[in-house]
Amino acid sequence: MNKVFERLYNGLIKENPTFVLALGMCPTLAVTTSAMNGLGMGLTTTAVLVLSNLIISLLRKVIPNRVRIPAFIVIVASFVTMVQLLLQAYLPSLNDALGVYIPLIVVNCIILGRAESYAYHNKPVASFFDGLGMGLGFSVALTIIGALREILGTGAVFGFKITPEGFVPINIFVLAPGAFFVLAFVTAIMNAVKSKGKVRKTDNAAKANTCAADCSECDKVGCEHRFYDAKESTENPNRPKKNIADIKATDTKIKEDK
Amino acid sequence: MAEELLEKNETAEANKAQAVKPQAAEVKKPQTVEAKKPGKSEAAALPIPYQVSSNPHVRSKASTGSIMMMVIIALLPATGFGIYNFGLKALLVIAVTVGFSVATEAVCCLIMRKKMSIGDLSAVVTGLLLGLNLPVNIKWWMAALGAIFAILVVKMLFGGIGQNFMNPALAGRCFLLISFPLQMTNFVTDAYTGATPLAALKAGEAVNVTDMIIGRTSGTIGETSVIAILIGACFLLVTGIIDLKVPASYILSFAVFVLIFGGHGWDPAYLAAQLAGGGLMLGAFFMATDYVTRPITKWGQIVFGIFLGIMTGIFRLFGPSAEGVSYAIIIGNLLVPLIEKVTAPTPFGYTRASFKEQKKGGKK
Repeated sequence: MNKVFERLYNGLIKENPTFVLALGMCPTLAVTTSAMNGLGMGLTTTAVLVLSNLIISLLRKVIPNRVRIPAFIVIVASFVTMVQLLLQAYLPSLNDALGVYIPLIVVNCIILGRAESYAYHNKPVASFFDGLGMGLGFSVALTIIGALREILGTGAVFGFKITPEGFVPINIFVLAPGAFFVLAFVTAIMNAVKSKGKVRKTDNAAKANTCAADCSECDKVGCEHRFYDAKESTENPNRPKKNIADIKATDTKIKEDK
Repeated sequence: MAEELLEKNETAEANKAQAVKPQAAEVKKPQTVEAKKPGKSEAAALPIPYQVSSNPHVRSKASTGSIMMMVIIALLPATGFGIYNFGLKALLVIAVTVGFSVATEAVCCLIMRKKMSIGDLSAVVTGLLLGLNLPVNIKWWMAALGAIFAILVVKMLFGGIGQNFMNPALAGRCFLLISFPLQMTNFVTDAYTGATPLAALKAGEAVNVTDMIIGRTSGTIGETSVIAILIGACFLLVTGIIDLKVPASYILSFAVFVLIFGGHGWDPAYLAAQLAGGGLMLGAFFMATDYVTRPITKWGQIVFGIFLGIMTGIFRLFGPSAEGVSYAIIIGNLLVPLIEKVTAPTPFGYTRASFKEQKKGGKK
């Protein structure tokens, strides 16, 4: 039971697919012109994600490692087809509004990502709730973005007008640029809320070292933090220490020259 | 803006240093990019191993604030004429944009815990330019929204002055133009009921060029009077704040484009109307020349100007709207890094070929 809640919390907040993992950006930016479209897209994806996670987890010992991606895609595509036929039958207006983005759920990186990183290695129940958490996180994110864009761009939310008479809709928010603005602002607010306190601490620590973590205003020679985070480079062998060593070597060499 | 002056001096020094000590150049580069305080002596700013001893050093008392003050003074004729032309309502619009620009920057600095930067007056210039680019009928909260967008999204979120990738005032204007197309193109006032001269020109009607040059036409607050803008531009040219590279190549290439594709052949009246109409003069002298968003290389500035001229011509002659200066300039701004890359000058002490070789070697 604990595992279930952990998975749901993980999907909704901790690793929210839109605001934290930044996956599935294409539907996020394209279909969130209104809260209803966002919610519809989110729930459709959730349905596919839950079912595909469950099936992939059940078949995880059957699917050979080398052909797992094609196998995942076959499973996901079958569910997408089913969902699309259901939408065409029972919610034709939503189907029209979402258009080509329904078939494109097949290649949604959230679904393949969860299949690859979670469902293929974990038990069915956990995978089911992982899919549910991720799907709900995606739905909530899309609904928030859609609602904000709808309020600013048309003055309504879920079709109900809520703004005063004098308000002139800000068209740009239902156009493509508005999607980027709203996504960026909501992500920034999420980050600020989640890291409350932490940021201030590191900031002060950095300032104590006369470094505001702002390399453009820094004259410090041979600083290990210059241009990239030194911690990251130790974790990631591909962003090598060699670089730092190079800089230091050049620095000392020049000093010697002097 | 002052940074750029400084930057130029420093780049020159860096180039010399490169000639003397090519090895140092690689490491030094990041530090030459920024030098915020013009008053700070450069020798003190640089750490000892990189102290460049080639001389003479150029010293300048110009600061961002003083340059911005000059720009504000240069904009006063156009502002004054706009207020005279459109009445006190124009003053209200300008006051709102300036006020909200400065306030947004102050709030951003406080929230982001940055050094308070409203003292350099760049927010005032942004607000003033935005106000001059708006029609007088616009609702006050729309003007405020444009100012907030210009400063918050385009300038502060990208790191404040010197870091904005496009002209904030124009970005604010384009934001408003896309958001409120009706209000932004409603130029009807008590004094002027007709279409703007450019719209009339596009519709094939005759326009009065003399009125356009004096400024007794409809349009945005600051763009109507060519004379007032040119007075300000001359002031900037004489004081050396801007030079003719960008504006001249912009206006000339636009004129050539209109001559070739305008469909009127050699028709001085049509050409003069195209040149005097809309925001071309204001854009060419005050916005394309923005230190932050134009190329810093000499040839880059000329290429930039020509590109703007061609884009403006395309937007005006072949686009659906009569005006295209603001879109042309912000698209040009986006291309600036590429233009700078291909027009990097050869440093002192190198021949062209040897510099190319050195650059190739440095990339490895």
